[in-house]
Amino acid sequence: MIRLEKRPEPSKAWSAAAPVLAVVATMIAGGLLFASLGQDPFVAIRTIFWDPIFGEFAFYYRGQLLVKAGPLILIAIGLSLGFRAGIWNIGAEGQYIVGAIVGAGAGLAFFPSESFLIFPFVILCGAIGGGLWALIPAILKTRFNTNEILVSLMLVYVAEAMLASVSSGLLRNPDGQGFPGSRNFRDFPAAHNDYIIESAGIHWGVLAAFGAVILAYVLLTRHILGFQVRLTGEAPRAARFAGVNPTRLVVFCLVTSGALAGLAGMFEVTGPAGQISIDFNSGYGFTAIIVAFLGRLHPIGILLAGLLMALTYIGGEAAQATLGLPGAAIQLLQGMLLFFLLAVDVFANFRIRFGTREAA
Amino acid sequence: MTDELLSIEGLTKAYPGVVANDTVSFTIGQGEVHALLGENGAGKSTLVKMIYGLVRPDAGKMRLRGESFEPNSPNAARQSGIAMVFQHFSLFEALDVAENVALGMENPPPQRELARRIREVSETYGLPLDPARLVGDLSAGERQRVEIIRCLLQDPKLLIMDEPTSVLTPQEVDILFETLRKLSSEGTAILYISHKLEEIRTLCDAATILRLGKVVGSCNPREKSARELAEMMVGTTLHTPDRTGRTMGEVALDVIGLSVKSSNPFGTSLRNIHLEVHQGEVLGIGGVAGNGQEDLLAAISGEVTTAPDAIKLRGQPVGHLGPNDRRKIGILAAPEDRLGHAAAPDMSLTENALMTGAIRQGLSSNGFLNWPASRKFADEIIKSFDVRTPGASHAARSLSGGNLQKFVIGREILQKPDVLVVNQPTWGVDASAAAAIRQALLDLAAAGAAIIVISQDLDELMEIADKFAALNEGRLTAPRPTKGLTIDQIGMMMGGAHDMEVAHVAD
Amino acid sequence: MGAIDPLVLLASLMVASTPILLAAIGEMVVEKAGVLNLGVEGMMITGAVCGFVIAVNTGSPTIGFVAAAAGGAGLSVLFALLTQYLLSNQVATGLALTLFGLGLSALIGQGYVGIKAPATGDLPIPLLADIPILGRILFQHDLMVYLSIALIAGVWATLKYTRFGLILRAVGENHDAAHALGYKVVHIRFLAILFGGACAGLGGAYISLIRVPQWTEGMTAGAGWIALAIVVFASWKPWRVLIGAYLFGGITVLQLNLQAAGLKIPVEYLSMSPYLITILVLVIISADRSRAALNAPASLGRSFHTSH
Repeated sequence: MIRLEKRPEPSKAWSAAAPVLAVVATMIAGGLLFASLGQDPFVAIRTIFWDPIFGEFAFYYRGQLLVKAGPLILIAIGLSLGFRAGIWNIGAEGQYIVGAIVGAGAGLAFFPSESFLIFPFVILCGAIGGGLWALIPAILKTRFNTNEILVSLMLVYVAEAMLASVSSGLLRNPDGQGFPGSRNFRDFPAAHNDYIIESAGIHWGVLAAFGAVILAYVLLTRHILGFQVRLTGEAPRAARFAGVNPTRLVVFCLVTSGALAGLAGMFEVTGPAGQISIDFNSGYGFTAIIVAFLGRLHPIGILLAGLLMALTYIGGEAAQATLGLPGAAIQLLQGMLLFFLLAVDVFANFRIRFGTREAA
Repeated sequence: MTDELLSIEGLTKAYPGVVANDTVSFTIGQGEVHALLGENGAGKSTLVKMIYGLVRPDAGKMRLRGESFEPNSPNAARQSGIAMVFQHFSLFEALDVAENVALGMENPPPQRELARRIREVSETYGLPLDPARLVGDLSAGERQRVEIIRCLLQDPKLLIMDEPTSVLTPQEVDILFETLRKLSSEGTAILYISHKLEEIRTLCDAATILRLGKVVGSCNPREKSARELAEMMVGTTLHTPDRTGRTMGEVALDVIGLSVKSSNPFGTSLRNIHLEVHQGEVLGIGGVAGNGQEDLLAAISGEVTTAPDAIKLRGQPVGHLGPNDRRKIGILAAPEDRLGHAAAPDMSLTENALMTGAIRQGLSSNGFLNWPASRKFADEIIKSFDVRTPGASHAARSLSGGNLQKFVIGREILQKPDVLVVNQPTWGVDASAAAAIRQALLDLAAAGAAIIVISQDLDELMEIADKFAALNEGRLTAPRPTKGLTIDQIGMMMGGAHDMEVAHVAD
Repeated sequence: MGAIDPLVLLASLMVASTPILLAAIGEMVVEKAGVLNLGVEGMMITGAVCGFVIAVNTGSPTIGFVAAAAGGAGLSVLFALLTQYLLSNQVATGLALTLFGLGLSALIGQGYVGIKAPATGDLPIPLLADIPILGRILFQHDLMVYLSIALIAGVWATLKYTRFGLILRAVGENHDAAHALGYKVVHIRFLAILFGGACAGLGGAYISLIRVPQWTEGMTAGAGWIALAIVVFASWKPWRVLIGAYLFGGITVLQLNLQAAGLKIPVEYLSMSPYLITILVLVIISADRSRAALNAPASLGRSFHTSH
């Protein structure tokens, strides 16, 4: 019989190898899935994972890679802080939307001003919007012991309703002949999140994502606050004993992740998306959960995982266009990736033993 | 010696890196009270788990009444007449007594019938118990009764008891022994696991002594002295801590009317606690588990804050300060639970050293961590307290209980506290580590620190404490000097036999 | 306001509540066994699509419901394998299940958008259905409505009166003790997770086959999360799950009716109201810390592994 045996210490090698294994397993399972949909699995896998970087049209796709990876990384970095501490913000999608609404709204209020102060103000408002939205579950958790998972998720639906409301009401483009959706930020340079290097897909949001990776790395490895975050996740009672204030930590983790998600939403709506519209959000807030886990909740890992996940988005779109692969298949692929990761993760803490089994 | 009930021949069980039982053989006669004696880690638990069907031996045989006995589950063991009272109770707090009893039986009768039988058995054996009460609301002694009654309802031929007295007051121990003697006289054999030598000498007919997984001797414990038994168990001559050379100073810590509501729904709240400890003094706090020990430590360490005046350090109110503010002024603590409270199991020893040492050892500045200094501090703890580990980068959970405990206590002692409070400093620790920890505490007191030792091990408290007080249902008795204190007096301080004294064992 | 008929409102309340009722009672059993499965939404939507596809292809809603239960349970097997055998984190695995279920259902259902499901007939209960007013509110529904209530009663009786129910509660309360007494913690939890998956699948199919009745992507719209909230609201007690689900269903129906009645409140505010009210209810329930701690199964969400 096979049984699991707890390792005396977590294995660092397995911990690092697990995401790679998970990706390989996902490709195999994905190949089988595509074959069952009547596709050549090798072509499909190549179209998704290879062509966007090395194929004929790579020059176009490579730029897209950072455009998609930027918000995913930014959100996932924030989520990873909370996840490490055992604080489960799964409503990043809502914080993303609210950050976008507040940021865009703040900018549009000054249309058509050309002041250079507008864009920094928009950025600030985006972070505040997302942060405040995440402050709701934080306060309810610390004051009333309410489950942050459920509250943050419920607030996604509330945010979506708000988005529907403002895109056809408050923020609707007055010159838009009554169509829903705000003014396009391309027509409002002072608040536009323009590309800094267009060919590489680098805009301010991508830079912010890189900055977040570096800051999170320093925080987690060099700073007492990061140590407290990790300690709280590993052993909550020990954290209390070590003087961590649980209330402050919950607020810090939730508000930080909310602010980063809000920033991501703001950069998206003033940049690549261009305007507030009822469906500008594309589920980054949820995909970022996968990115966070796939990156082992480690900043560098998240950077890589964000790029990989962006690749599946871009490759998926390409496969949709060239092979007619259904978009849902990509979503499924992403879900599978997380499953495989969780499955191989067990070997970091346990090893497999063959032989006599405990009578249980 | 009566007829043979259970014979064990060459039982062996190995786990990676350790042979828990190495060709263990002995026999238990019918109606015999047989002691299994050994230190922590000697392999007692593994052995009884094999008899109870929880673990399967790698090699060896068991015979029950001459027939081959290979239980593959506790159910099978129960059907063969084996019953077990666990050290950490196998009880469910949110379920009532009758439900708990039913869960430990093979074919429980309907609830009403079961409730009747529980009352019946509890009267016969002098163990009063209400079947409808929630187990979470019961005291530790009452919980043990639930376990015992659960066993008795199945007419066991062999009753295994794993460290049953660690949760009882001395008076409750007497009552338990009477129950066990009655059972034995009725023909039930008892396998009694303990490391408490006096108890074994009082109660048991035979003893098998285990050391490092092997049987190192067997004897009639009544014919041996406690000292002889101890040396058989430990293998070396024990070092008695040296408690000379101390002078009492001023009052260091003063607790005045401390009350703390328990955070656990089934927990015990602290009520109006008064105590004072002088510099150079060791105050021992005894009491059965679950009487507020954890909350008392938390209130002194600062994990739970109170009114400022409830706790004073050298006359200054500190009750409102958190753990780190108290560390700054010299109040340190070592909680009972090593894995998860005093230390983070998956983190390295360096990180664990940083955990409480950051402030007094200056391991961080402006919030930025000084890893080399933390590592040095961890190495220093490892060296000064003889912690056996390949290095400070290894996870806390990879250490044995004794070594981790030395690390945890050492971490606090090296920070030169003015007041140190420890809870169960030697629980689950082997004898040599325990002796080292006790000596380190005494040395710290000799250097002028005030020390509070909370423990359920009365021998330990008598050995190192200058004064003794008992926690009972969240209240603390007035401390009394340990010199000249009798076991009966201690028992009464610990709350006597609770409601047990009304019961009498029917002969 | 005059457009709202209280009778219709009350009758449709039961229909609106049934999906979350089914999902919540299943999740309650899972949590009673000490497992937190956050994948309810994923299992519901999978059930919704499986039920719909099979019902359309066979023409039989009954077979559709069976397939939905199987689909939900099938997805929950993934969760059970990961959390019970590979000891993965339950929160992360539950989230993965939801993301996976949303993708899977979208893939399965791509050819079925816009088709109408075969009708499920109402099953008025003889005599009772003829009672004035009450009959129309309570006794003129489809079979699933009655079944869902029977399920509540069944779960209640099983947990309270049977040995299996006792063992299930024991496992959720203290898995180490249950193991020490010889109960197979992992097996029991596995069964509970399967039951939870099947119930969630049925709940999802009720949406796609009866309540809407057609297939659209993501049509469960958070019902699975609300079911999770209702378990907390109900303090892990079966009859309170019923109350919670009906309260929630009532709010949903009321806001839909208000929308239809053309009230001055913008549609968006009405459609966010169920979620806001769920948050409010959660706050009220969890504010009493000691009570919440007393009712929650003590081993909830903790992985179980036998060490030596």
